[in-house]
Amino acid sequence: MLRVTESGLYCDAGDFFIDPWRPVARAVVTHAHSDHLTWGCGSYLVSDRGVGVSRERLGQYADRVEGMPFGEVRTINGVRISMFPAGHILGSAQVRLELNGEVWVASGDYKTDPDPTCDAWEPVRCHTFITESTFGLPIYRWPAPRDVFAGINAWWHENVAAGRTSLLFGYGLGKAQRLLAGLDPSIGPILVHGAVDRMTALYREAGVDLPPTEYATAQRGLSTGAMIVAPPSADGSAWARKFGPNSTAFASGWMLVRGARRRRSVDRGFTLSDHVDWPQLLGAIDATGAERVLVTHGFTGPVVRWLRDKGLQADALATRYEGERDDASEPASDATGASPDVAGDTSAGVQ
Amino acid sequence: MKAFAELYDAIDATTATQGKVAALVAYFRGASSEDAAWAISFLVGRRPKRLIRSSDLRAWAAEAAGIPDWLFEESYTQAGDLAETISLLVPEVEDAPSDMSLAWWVEQRLLPLARTDPADQRVALLAIWRTLRGTARFVFNKLITGSFRMGVSDGLLVRALAQVTDVSTDAISHRLMGQWEPSGAWYDRLKHPDTDDADWSRPYPFYLAYPLEQELAALGASDEWQVEWKWDGIRAQLVRRRGKTLLWSRGEELLAGRFPEVEQTAEFLPDGTVIDGELVAWRDGAPLPFSELQRRINRKTIGKKLLSDVPCAMIAYDLLERGGEDLRANSMRDRREALATMVGALPIGGTLHMSPIIASHSWEAVSEARAGSRAMRAEGLMMKRLISPYGVGRKVGDWWKWKVTPLTVDAVLVYAQSGHGRRAGLYTDYTFAVWDGESLVPFAKAYSGLTDVEIREVDRYVRQNTLEKFGPVRTVKPGLVFELAFEGIQESTRHKSGIAVRFPRISRWRTDKLPRDADSLETIRAMLRATKGVA
Repeated sequence: MLRVTESGLYCDAGDFFIDPWRPVARAVVTHAHSDHLTWGCGSYLVSDRGVGVSRERLGQYADRVEGMPFGEVRTINGVRISMFPAGHILGSAQVRLELNGEVWVASGDYKTDPDPTCDAWEPVRCHTFITESTFGLPIYRWPAPRDVFAGINAWWHENVAAGRTSLLFGYGLGKAQRLLAGLDPSIGPILVHGAVDRMTALYREAGVDLPPTEYATAQRGLSTGAMIVAPPSADGSAWARKFGPNSTAFASGWMLVRGARRRRSVDRGFTLSDHVDWPQLLGAIDATGAERVLVTHGFTGPVVRWLRDKGLQADALATRYEGERDDASEPASDATGASPDVAGDTSAGVQ
Repeated sequence: MKAFAELYDAIDATTATQGKVAALVAYFRGASSEDAAWAISFLVGRRPKRLIRSSDLRAWAAEAAGIPDWLFEESYTQAGDLAETISLLVPEVEDAPSDMSLAWWVEQRLLPLARTDPADQRVALLAIWRTLRGTARFVFNKLITGSFRMGVSDGLLVRALAQVTDVSTDAISHRLMGQWEPSGAWYDRLKHPDTDDADWSRPYPFYLAYPLEQELAALGASDEWQVEWKWDGIRAQLVRRRGKTLLWSRGEELLAGRFPEVEQTAEFLPDGTVIDGELVAWRDGAPLPFSELQRRINRKTIGKKLLSDVPCAMIAYDLLERGGEDLRANSMRDRREALATMVGALPIGGTLHMSPIIASHSWEAVSEARAGSRAMRAEGLMMKRLISPYGVGRKVGDWWKWKVTPLTVDAVLVYAQSGHGRRAGLYTDYTFAVWDGESLVPFAKAYSGLTDVEIREVDRYVRQNTLEKFGPVRTVKPGLVFELAFEGIQESTRHKSGIAVRFPRISRWRTDKLPRDADSLETIRAMLRATKGVA
């Protein structure tokens, strides 16, 4: 029902793409991270909850975005399309396609851990499940988010006591708002970088409850002890240096491994991801009841082999999605930027 | 063990020197003498001998984690550290175990593993993994795999211990050198305020030079300096006391029995003598290439044939002790004079030679001499202020090393392998090739020299341009050219290219060059001919 073309995941019957990486006429989009949401398409179909952030992201193409409620069915050229929450960021959706009784689900990026800033992931029964594998190795097992937030707030406390500003880095869309929701505002003032500020406003408009924040203008001079949430690209920037004595931290699933933590050279690494870890990935696949699994971006090789050993029909799908990166502010995708790791994998001819 | 794990976390969480010293001080204040002794032993980089075969360890960890071996290996490749991979994969048991001391864990659990057969090792390890949690388990795994390392320099450790014990830093570093067994009694001696106890066998802390980065003129007048060759061998101290000779490497390793010809000459030295010098392979009054010396280094016992194939000698730099008296506070000029007298009094035909002095009447002359370093088989020059004492560790100002400009070659990236530690999961270990006619011949491996940003770009290239995978190694489509710098070239029968280079590293990424612009094997052979020194 879906196959990989030069432009993205294409549905022949319905004549539309899911999360294309090049401009196409009709795009169905799982979420607003830039490796899934490409500029210049003729039309965008997203979940209702994702309309605001998608429009913000698309700038001049904002008026081409159309939303549909979770659970509603829409038929395009005979293909029945519906969307279900993916639990990744605000408005993130799994796209369910049905044609002649056959059901496929393209899940985009997803997580099953609790997150008050977006609708919770739901298992959708299907024949073929397309899953990411960003953290598809058994070393990746997330600590409970409440413990991670307790650690973040304790770190903030320490910094207040030592007269330092706390600089906490996480993707501007999604991670930053999830971080805000977990901060304890009684510790001190919360400030946000410009890139985070815009998205945070859209989260509030969508009804997500977040603690009060202020726009962090470095020139203004800060009360020490503030918490500043910023995208990772701000780390080491002139902007970040203006805040005086500070402690830096990065919130990402990659921070689970010491080597990656040291490579980031921040003072602290907090393991917090908007993707599934190994047990959650296997649990999610199991919950869909899918007999066939197509594995994209991440550790496709090991995941495919594991699933095959368990008797499932599994193949790698060579896409250009990037999942969570440990170096950039956000997954960035364009014709040259993306780097799917497909060498040696068993890429499937998908139909 | 909990306190030691907390120390590990504290050191890991800070990059500030102050914070590290404070964490160390807090640990040692609270530690028993036994624990402190083991902690010091691990902090200075001593490691228990390999206790368990790596393949066994992996198999048992995979078993405990309930995953197949191949998935364990995939995980290891990503995490880049065996101890951490095990810690991440083996499930933790929920009930909190009782906390035993570091010394108990080392003496009762870790060391006995060496005397246990594999079947019992397996049972013991599985039990240990069930008992330990979090950082404590990670630290224990690091100790088992012999890869324990804490981000603390010897200098910081000495500072912290001096603070805890009220003993001077010099005395502490002296007591940390040489041979000692970690025990409570040893730690109590380390703390002892009477510092006149120096173990007779111990060398002095080595005084190290900083690389020269400023203009020569900034050093003042050239004749205030003693200029010597920077010999390419093993820096060592020859200690002659109580009628015995001890050779200590800079890594504080005893080189007993490795250089019998040097020990033989040392027998003629008076008691109470310590000489700082360089051990080199030596024939007909000149040093042999370092690769020759390597044949000696790698052997514990030296056979007759090797002894005659690769004769060795010590080039003497400095005299640190004479007649049992510590000369380190004296000036370089005085120490050199005393050294000359002592070496001059040795019988002719020995293996202890004075390091020759290079004329330093002008900086031009010094510069010129440096240009000839390679022909001398030296790495460059050493410059020591004539009035300088023999210090401790690395101090800026009095001693400088001025290495020769490295040789460089433009080469093509052909294989990549993922790195370890902070480079885990990234392709950072590269093999480079040069042209031999129409084909590319691998000739050097290099791991360092790129920035983190460049490493990411190369990593991306490798993933997108992989031709083949062999285990962890990827064959990469030739496309990227790098300038490699290295210190020397040797002919080699072990390398396919027929040459071996010393200390290769990436000096820059030649984004302006295509693979066809890279150098050829012939270019390197020409360099080899040009540098084949006649001393």
